[in-house]
Amino acid sequence: MQLIPCPWCGPREEVEFHYGGQAHVDYPAEPAALSDEEWAKFVFFRDNPRGPFAERWSHAAGCRRWFNAVRDTRSYELLAVYRPGQERPVTT
Amino acid sequence: MTADFRLPAGGRIDRDSALRFSFNGRSLAGRTGDTLASALLANGVHQTGTSIKYGRPRGIMAAGVEEPNALVQIAEPFTEPMLTATTVELYDGLVADGLSGYGVLAAEPDPSRYDAKHAHCDVLVVGAGPAGLAAALTAARSGARVVLVDDQSEPGGSLLGTDDNLDGRSSDVWVRDVITELDTTPGVLRLDRTTAFGAYQDGFVLALQRRTDHLGFDAPSHVSRHRIWRIRAKQTVIATGAHERPIVFADNDRPGILLAGAARTYLHRYGVQVGRRLAVFTANDSAYLAAIELAEAGIDVPVLLDARQEVPPGLSAECAARGIEVHPGHVVTGTEGHDRLTDVHIGPFGGGQADTVGCDTLLVSGGWNPAVHLFSQLGGTLRYAPETGAYVPGESLASARVAGSAAGTFELTTCVEQGIDAGRAAVTAAGFTPAAEARVPVADVRAEETAAAVLWRVPGGADDRAFVDLQRDVTVSEVERATGAGLESLEHVKRYTTIGTAHDQGKTSGTVAAGLVAEQLGANLAERRPTTFRPPYTSVPFAALGGRDRGELYDPIRVTALHDWHVAQGAEFEDVGQWKRARHYPRQGEDMHTAVLRECRAAREGVALMDASTLGKIDLQGPDAAELLDMLYTNMMSTLKVGRIRYGVMCGIDGMVIDDGTVIRLADDHFLLTTTTGNAAMVLDWIEEWLQTEWPHLRVFATSVTEHWVTVPLVGPKSRDVLAALAPELDVSNDAFGFMTWQDATVAGIPARICRISFSGELAYEINVNAWCGLALWEALIEAGEPYGITPYGTETMHVLRAEKGYPIVGQDTDGTVTPQDLGMSWAVSKKKTDFIGKRSFSRAENLRPDRKQLVGLLPADPSVLLPEGGQIIEHDHLPEPPVRMLGHVTSSYDSAALGRTFALAVLRSGRDRIGEKLYVTKDDEVVAVTVTDTVLYDKEGARRDG
Amino acid sequence: MTADITTRRTPLDGWTSRFAELAPAVRLTERPFRSQLTLRLRDAGRAAAVSRVLGVDLPETPCTFNRGAGPHGPVEVAWLGPDEYLVLAQPGLQRTLESALREAIGGTQGGAVVDVSAQRTTLALSGPRARDLLAHGCAIDLHPSVSPTGTCVQTLLAQTGIILLVRDADPAEFLLLVRASFARYLAAWLVDAGAEYREEPV
Repeated sequence: MQLIPCPWCGPREEVEFHYGGQAHVDYPAEPAALSDEEWAKFVFFRDNPRGPFAERWSHAAGCRRWFNAVRDTRSYELLAVYRPGQERPVTT
Repeated sequence: MTADFRLPAGGRIDRDSALRFSFNGRSLAGRTGDTLASALLANGVHQTGTSIKYGRPRGIMAAGVEEPNALVQIAEPFTEPMLTATTVELYDGLVADGLSGYGVLAAEPDPSRYDAKHAHCDVLVVGAGPAGLAAALTAARSGARVVLVDDQSEPGGSLLGTDDNLDGRSSDVWVRDVITELDTTPGVLRLDRTTAFGAYQDGFVLALQRRTDHLGFDAPSHVSRHRIWRIRAKQTVIATGAHERPIVFADNDRPGILLAGAARTYLHRYGVQVGRRLAVFTANDSAYLAAIELAEAGIDVPVLLDARQEVPPGLSAECAARGIEVHPGHVVTGTEGHDRLTDVHIGPFGGGQADTVGCDTLLVSGGWNPAVHLFSQLGGTLRYAPETGAYVPGESLASARVAGSAAGTFELTTCVEQGIDAGRAAVTAAGFTPAAEARVPVADVRAEETAAAVLWRVPGGADDRAFVDLQRDVTVSEVERATGAGLESLEHVKRYTTIGTAHDQGKTSGTVAAGLVAEQLGANLAERRPTTFRPPYTSVPFAALGGRDRGELYDPIRVTALHDWHVAQGAEFEDVGQWKRARHYPRQGEDMHTAVLRECRAAREGVALMDASTLGKIDLQGPDAAELLDMLYTNMMSTLKVGRIRYGVMCGIDGMVIDDGTVIRLADDHFLLTTTTGNAAMVLDWIEEWLQTEWPHLRVFATSVTEHWVTVPLVGPKSRDVLAALAPELDVSNDAFGFMTWQDATVAGIPARICRISFSGELAYEINVNAWCGLALWEALIEAGEPYGITPYGTETMHVLRAEKGYPIVGQDTDGTVTPQDLGMSWAVSKKKTDFIGKRSFSRAENLRPDRKQLVGLLPADPSVLLPEGGQIIEHDHLPEPPVRMLGHVTSSYDSAALGRTFALAVLRSGRDRIGEKLYVTKDDEVVAVTVTDTVLYDKEGARRDG
Repeated sequence: MTADITTRRTPLDGWTSRFAELAPAVRLTERPFRSQLTLRLRDAGRAAAVSRVLGVDLPETPCTFNRGAGPHGPVEVAWLGPDEYLVLAQPGLQRTLESALREAIGGTQGGAVVDVSAQRTTLALSGPRARDLLAHGCAIDLHPSVSPTGTCVQTLLAQTGIILLVRDADPAEFLLLVRASFARYLAAWLVDAGAEYREEPV
């Protein structure tokens, strides 16, 4: 049972969290201006890197806040967590 | 047979006790402190069963969890399969039988209690042997919170199976002193009979505690039999000891052939001699101690065969002094005997003058494998140590360190030293200042004199009777077949041969197999990857993993404030997510079909009420609430006037319907949304996700109020009369209280919010009150409605009523691939709004295809035939050979009192263009003719909603 | 026809005798009908006004709660999120507090106030085995050194969400808030968890 450090509540068991997919995929400012292909890319396509990956998580069973995390998809290690609106920190 | 093999003195058993037990139908006696294995050996019983593939007699080989042979099934007090006799503590009345690899599950439910408990500590120490005790004591003295787990019935580890002294006194004294101190130090939790079976990320370790097994029939029923400890440790010290490994030779599997260290354990811990006349075969010094100590106990030990040319001088001399002939450079080449060993064939390593020694027992030692399982589970890499022929922990981990023989250190004083060091390092890493250096007790154990040799097997014998994995009956020949077939990876050989995949998970066979494969490939073991250790270290009963999540606690049952009333009325319930919802209220002699027809009739012709409290309810407050709602729903919500209600559809960004419900405008900046029962949490999460991550500038707060309210739809032409009786101050006329408006009023003396919403097409009032008053409201409605024959109805009736009106249910008539347009709800999709979630997807080519599946009604040609939900719609009037073109499927199907016939809703390709067409629906092995219709089948004009 | 206090039902109506079976190792009681309000604060500058209404400061540290007494009697205010608080007060005050708080925060411009009194019910848990009982299903470290008096965590207990307030770390005294629909499940779970401790001499 991995611990995920909520930026507010601290480390909690992973069952308290919901996964929210890739972070920093902004809702397009003008969806109507996008081509079908551009829109489909936003709706259906996400990265799947081997290594550090910026993701969104929600502390669903706790403070119900969304936050971002950089997780190494090889080791599951959470390299950083940060609040929405904050820059993705540099991780090694 | 009496306990012929129990020595007159020694051992840690209670000699005043007398336990009766039965094994393979024989009545036998043992002592408190025995394992089933030690008690069997005390009775001279070695063979426990026969092997799984070849049916060869097999006997006890080890004294602990590494045992490959002695699998047993407990019959009394409760059936339990696949235990090892070496780990079953004996109790009075135990009935057990040997197994040949397969057990039998109990046919009746397990009456025992199982539970789980969380524990948190700074330092977890696994193993209460010399290293573990030293580590735990060091950590405890430093003020750390310590958990010490050990799988044995008492602490001491390897010391329990030796006669080693520490500081010139029996090691017992040292163990007792350490335990006394630990048990009186605050913050120390010590758990015996507890096996740490899994080590995971972030210091999480799972351990199984066997709390009452040793009590047998006397186990108290209120105490959990097994407990899963969920331990969270800042630092872990792995002091799990080592398992002895055998040397493989022809016919190495006969009863009477044991690991040498096991024989020492049976001698010292249980006062049992494993045979009358013993030979010893080794490639290292440790087995000399077995030979010497057993000889000292008066047992005939004629020979010790050492595969090494160079033998330890001091130990050899001690052997000679006790009449044990040491044969340097000699090996066992084969054995004789059927149910029990009778002779051992010996000869020089590499060939030469052979001989045969008559003996009933052979002790073997091929060296020691550190129990690196937990370290490996944590991702620690293993290193092959060629000097001992074992995998040892490689580089250390940040939060776990290994001490003692688990680290490949087999000398007692060094083990204790390592334990102290590991304890100090662990507390330091956990943020404590280590206590002053503890004094290391000095052991009197004879140091190793001659380097061990690594010998996996004796070559030149009958390889098809030289067993590598005794539990899987896999021989050297089979390993050769695997490498001969071109397999090189140990993982592949393991899967090809099944070595290491049995109940014992290859504790005695894994390293030997690795060595054999390397040998056959001419490879260097140090350059090869060992197989990966995965949890669990030993088998864990599913009952223990299930714990208390059984019966009524299996999954939370959510109930409304009116639940007891439904139960008292004999309602049948259905599960909707975790909710129990009343499905229908059968009267005497009614089945569901009859009850639902009656309930439907009451709603359409009189008055009926239901418990809709499970509907999700979300309070939305803030100046930007309307703006948010315009993005969340496909239709326009900002134009909704205060006092009014609007139905709305929510889509995902892909344009597919995810939920629907009503929006009530309480004030300019205050709304109440309802969601479907199953999606309440999802919708709130959805709102929060957009608010927090995309639109934090919107000044809106969302709060779940689902359970704050009890919600009761009062439905039917007589509902107005009933409400009027209970709310005399409320003008219930249609002019004063119109459709899709709400009012606050007092109903039966209870403050209520009443909404003119209808999910049935009938005149209806949805009454919401504080949940504490829900039952009072309900009972008042029942009483006031009595003159009108008021009828409670359940979810099944609700489904029929809404389906008659063509109202879809999200999740039943939709499946995540259905747009509002597919549902015929283009009217609910705003053309005016520049954007809302899902809008852009509606114009994707895929969503504009004319042959999309659309919601339609189906009327079976035979009005008494109920179509099966999920039934496929096809064009053929018979079932053709596959493939069959499937046009869609039935999503809802009911018998309607109002229509006097059956009907269905379905999603159908180009459905709206097919209205009037005759198609067919599969039912069992036949097809049923249906006519495609509009979705609204009852009161198309909507004449009934205002009463 | 009016609904007086006797017709109200708490989610754990009728559980008193089952809870009593846990004594003396564990004392478990429902605290019914307490006033509970969710307070969302957009404008942190309004915190002082809120404090004046409640007589208690809003907790600034995540996962804590403050308690005290003010114009509306004894009050507990729990941190539920960076801008979210739960106000717990004596029964019958929800309407008064709702309007007082809404005024204090400056209406919906300043945040939100929602009456959630019946959304959850409150259990008081104490006794020498209270901490053990929770440890059977709660992954939070409730050791006084980690979760001192004043700790408030939202987490899972068994298979349901709870809000857990450490009213006193030693001797242990907890408040558990559970969604009304899950209350019976949790009550059954707690009573079952106590089976072992019932038989123990204390």
